[in-house]
Amino acid sequence: MLYALKIATRYLTASKAQTALLVLGVAVGVFIFIFMSALIGGLAEFILSRTVGDISHVTIEAEDRDPDILIAPGGALLAVIERGRTRQATLAEAATWVPLIEAVPGVVAVSPQIGGAGFLTRGAQVAQVSVTGLEPGRESAILNLGGYMVEGSERLGSGTILLGRRLADDLSLRLGQTVRLQSSGGVATVLTLGGIYDTGNGMIDASGVFVGLPTARTLFALPQGVTRIEIRLSDLNAADTTALRIRALTGLDAVPWTDGAEQLMEALDAQAQTGYFLKSFALITIVIGVASALLLSTYRRRPEIGIMRAMGAGRGFVIFVFVTQGALIGLLGGLFGAAMGYLALLPFPSRDAFEPGTLPMDITQGSYGLAITLTVIGAILASILPARAAARVDPVTAIGQ
Amino acid sequence: MTALLEVSDLYKTFGSGEAETRVLRGLSLTLAAGEMAALLGPSGSGKSTLLTILGTLMKPTSGRYEMLGRDLVAADDRALTEFRNLHIGFVFQFHNLLPDFTALENVVFPTAVREGRETAEARARGRELLVRMGLEARVDFPSTKLSGGQKQRVAVARALMNRPELVLADEPTGNLDRDSAMQVMELIAEINRDEGTTFLISTHDEKIAGLCRRQVVVGDGLVTG
Repeated sequence: MLYALKIATRYLTASKAQTALLVLGVAVGVFIFIFMSALIGGLAEFILSRTVGDISHVTIEAEDRDPDILIAPGGALLAVIERGRTRQATLAEAATWVPLIEAVPGVVAVSPQIGGAGFLTRGAQVAQVSVTGLEPGRESAILNLGGYMVEGSERLGSGTILLGRRLADDLSLRLGQTVRLQSSGGVATVLTLGGIYDTGNGMIDASGVFVGLPTARTLFALPQGVTRIEIRLSDLNAADTTALRIRALTGLDAVPWTDGAEQLMEALDAQAQTGYFLKSFALITIVIGVASALLLSTYRRRPEIGIMRAMGAGRGFVIFVFVTQGALIGLLGGLFGAAMGYLALLPFPSRDAFEPGTLPMDITQGSYGLAITLTVIGAILASILPARAAARVDPVTAIGQ
Repeated sequence: MTALLEVSDLYKTFGSGEAETRVLRGLSLTLAAGEMAALLGPSGSGKSTLLTILGTLMKPTSGRYEMLGRDLVAADDRALTEFRNLHIGFVFQFHNLLPDFTALENVVFPTAVREGRETAEARARGRELLVRMGLEARVDFPSTKLSGGQKQRVAVARALMNRPELVLADEPTGNLDRDSAMQVMELIAEINRDEGTTFLISTHDEKIAGLCRRQVVVGDGLVTG
């Protein structure tokens, strides 16, 4: 069918201005498709990174023991010992699990932690805080503490504590000064302020404190084990499957971040649906544009189609000529539109370097290949109707025109 | 001489009811291989309809049409398209060249469309035909830049490209001046003589008809002479 390709190409090059306009129309549709893909995709990534980028993607927490109960020989429940307010459950074998979890594909970092409540006291000032004990060397494994430090260092040495800026301001604390931290269990220790961070998250900056894991063991009377293991993944969206894999591997209750984030997921889904609608409209515009242009071309070339039929060109050949025209228009428009889209996205900062006031475009999410493929398929579908109309041309009538 | 084609009792009716028009009314005709015949008759006598049916571009309402032993009334569109490509050439009054193609590309079209590409052999054959038509200097000219006479000679070359047994010419000189018309007719006569190609030429021009060895007169949908 090389000859049909030659004729299709000749028809397109014979009316250069018309073809250029048609290709431009298709390219604009593709440009919109790519722009919307980059915007919607970038926005979703941006929202995710800002909302869940700094939290654990998969969390393993020790399952609470069932409350102790006292049952009479007859089966009557005599007494229930209520669970304490402070979490007592621990993952005693954490040291065994950590290397196994680190080996799971997609796992970027693992952070065994001890968490609990406490009071920070400086002079007469007391603040209720949430204490997290981190393993020294893994301070930035989940929350990027290193990146958020505004003073000092994130390194958690012995007797060191890290505070958020708001909390440090509230307590008028400066680097190197000491502060008293008392756990909810009543164990107290004096720690030196080693660093101040500013995450932009009010809760963490105002009431979160970080200490070394050995310090936390002392404070919460946990000589071994941890209260939770937080895991960071290379792909946020793989949390569900990775959690299942970790569950299967360890038997622990690994919970993905998506559990309890239904509203966020619904919002992202709605945003994605909006994107699909907009992209579909762009594709429909392309299909209508190509179909109408080719229908006009078919009408204009009726006498030529009649001549071809008289010279022995079959209906299939005529269909192929016009479908090939559609495919070529789709391909050229797709490539041109994709190039325009890429160039238009270049000036936007990358997702990681996003600045307030600009659009969070993600040039890597332009769906260039998909846009070109769908455009070519759309253009081919759009050309079928005109091509069939062309194949039905009666040579006698057409030549007589 | 053996019969190349034979039509008998051919009817062609257009429209229905009050608008019904019977153009052919039981026409019969036999053309022998190698003949050069003129098809004469007044306007509306059915000449063009007959040529269209003989060219397999239209089916008769009833009747029999056989060429090269093939029943062309019963054949389907695909078979007729293939048959037309291989065995029948057309020359129209208004040349009907493809405007976006060169003279050579127009000539090789019937072969290229069958083979799916323009082969070197086809291009050589097309070039040879154009040279024979006296158009060696116009081989790669866009067809739109040729004169009327040149276009018609390209159309004759195209009709001969696949070495058809039959060439149907509908007023091939009707749109040409006297000199160009005579040039085209001389070429047709030469090809008929040298290659034995059968020509059936529809014309109103007695002089053109006089160049043919046989005159077929059509009147009122029948062969009358």
